[in-house]
Amino acid sequence: MIDSLLHFLNEYGFWIITIVKIALLVFIVLTVNAYLTWFERKVVAHIQSRWGPHRVGPHGLLQPAADGLKFLFKEDPTPNGVDKFVYYLAPLLALALSLTSLAVIPFGPDPLPFKVLGQEVYLWIANPNIGLLILFSVTALSVYGIALAGWASNSKYPLMGGLRSSAQMISYELALTMSVVGVLLMANSFSLPEIIRAQDGRMAWGLLPAWNVIAGPFPQIIGFICFFIAAIAETNRAPFDLPEAESELVAGFHTEYASFKFAMFFIAEYTAMITVSCLATIMFFGGWLSPFPASWTFVHYLPSLLLIPSGLWVIYDGIKYETIFGRIILPGVGTAITAIGLALILFPGVNLFIQPIFWFLAKVFLFLFFYVWARGTLPRLRYDQLMNLGWKLLLPISIANVIFTATVILWRTR
Amino acid sequence: MSAPLIIFFVLAALAVLGALSLIFQKHPIHSALSLIVVMVALAGLYLLMGAEFVAAVQIIVYGGAIMVLFIFVIMLLNAGEEERTDFSKLAKFAGLPLAVALTGVIAAAIAHSHEAVTGAPAVATVSDTGKLSNMLFQDFVYPFELTSFLILVAILGAIVLAQREKN
Repeated sequence: MIDSLLHFLNEYGFWIITIVKIALLVFIVLTVNAYLTWFERKVVAHIQSRWGPHRVGPHGLLQPAADGLKFLFKEDPTPNGVDKFVYYLAPLLALALSLTSLAVIPFGPDPLPFKVLGQEVYLWIANPNIGLLILFSVTALSVYGIALAGWASNSKYPLMGGLRSSAQMISYELALTMSVVGVLLMANSFSLPEIIRAQDGRMAWGLLPAWNVIAGPFPQIIGFICFFIAAIAETNRAPFDLPEAESELVAGFHTEYASFKFAMFFIAEYTAMITVSCLATIMFFGGWLSPFPASWTFVHYLPSLLLIPSGLWVIYDGIKYETIFGRIILPGVGTAITAIGLALILFPGVNLFIQPIFWFLAKVFLFLFFYVWARGTLPRLRYDQLMNLGWKLLLPISIANVIFTATVILWRTR
Repeated sequence: MSAPLIIFFVLAALAVLGALSLIFQKHPIHSALSLIVVMVALAGLYLLMGAEFVAAVQIIVYGGAIMVLFIFVIMLLNAGEEERTDFSKLAKFAGLPLAVALTGVIAAAIAHSHEAVTGAPAVATVSDTGKLSNMLFQDFVYPFELTSFLILVAILGAIVLAQREKN
């Protein structure tokens, strides 16, 4: 009995581990999405001199949970005259595609230090040698979720929003794809881990990391700027959120969607933000590589150095919080954060293992902050400005970047 | 049955069902969606044969760019449901026999050519992106450039037609 069970586990270990990894990643990403909305609302509120959510839970920390419950329990009407099949398919497509693209993102270089079911467990779900192309093909398909939602709703505002978004996404996909070709030429590979490994090294007398954005035969700073602008447009985020410009189109393509179907679009949008931030980190900012030289072992304490003071601050803030609930919860959370920071100092092996993951997540977090920052500070573009920017500025610049990079590489290798 | 064989049958069934649905759906958008299913299923089949680059390009170009344009045009025209007309007289009497005959010919051709269908080694050589580009830009550079020229002519033609419309 136990023998056959062990045999089964060994035989299908790869599949079991992959399924567990997928479930874990989806769970983590959905949680991060929820708190990304909280983070976004807080940051935008502070940019606009407001408080943001602060009623539900201490500092509004339970607001995402309240929102999620509200999405689940709201009435879910289906408008008259919609194309039923496509109307239900669209949010499913949007969510499924945006979650699929996370499958090829590598979060760290090394497998877990122990084997599970006789298998090495890497920090990615799949590592195909065309990882980047798979990401782009999923992006190419994700237009359908929005375009079909707009069409199927049988209403004029969603139709306008859907048309706008498909035109916008087709236009910016070109610039997005062209702007990473320079990186591909330098890395000589489509595989995301390989692209990161190609950036391993130091430059400028060891002061700076040799990341693609500043190093290489031709620094990809222009490529990066084109990439990030095009990526913001591709994910339909402010200042390029014309598909859902509320002053003109009510809510654009998801006007007729309520309850959980609306939530699916919402989650898809935030997941796309995370994917794009991961991609920018991988392509231009060295992925999991540390910005400091390997000989500086003291920077290994940086995660603890960030965690312990912020944990102590949360405890201090919690003790004098207004509500009793907050006075109980916040010190508890603070103690947990401090304890994690201390544990990292006490277990150097664990600390060493999480270093790449820490750097990867830190960079991704910076890009997510940049997204929110752009939303809080930049006004929305007009539609013709948007098209001009995409076709007449970003596309020519990114093509020029490809040609320059190719020329420099050719010249260097001769 | 091994896993690749199961995946092959699932993808092949998807492709065939998508193609049938493409013809029998009444609404243009539903037909276009069925065509996307066919494209993606074909990409999966390429992936199964180890032609990763071709599979990705199939999805990016056909599944993404071209089909988005199809859907875009259907949405812009706001095309409604098609009305079924009576079949043409030729199709009514000759359609089914001709279809059966064509299927028979293709099936016979496949059944009689054991060596030709097992094209695995040929596929394996183009699975690598570098080798593919070598073939495109060195071995077959003249046919490739001629084809690009053909596409360029088509683009120019489209622009000329659009401009004439405007004037």
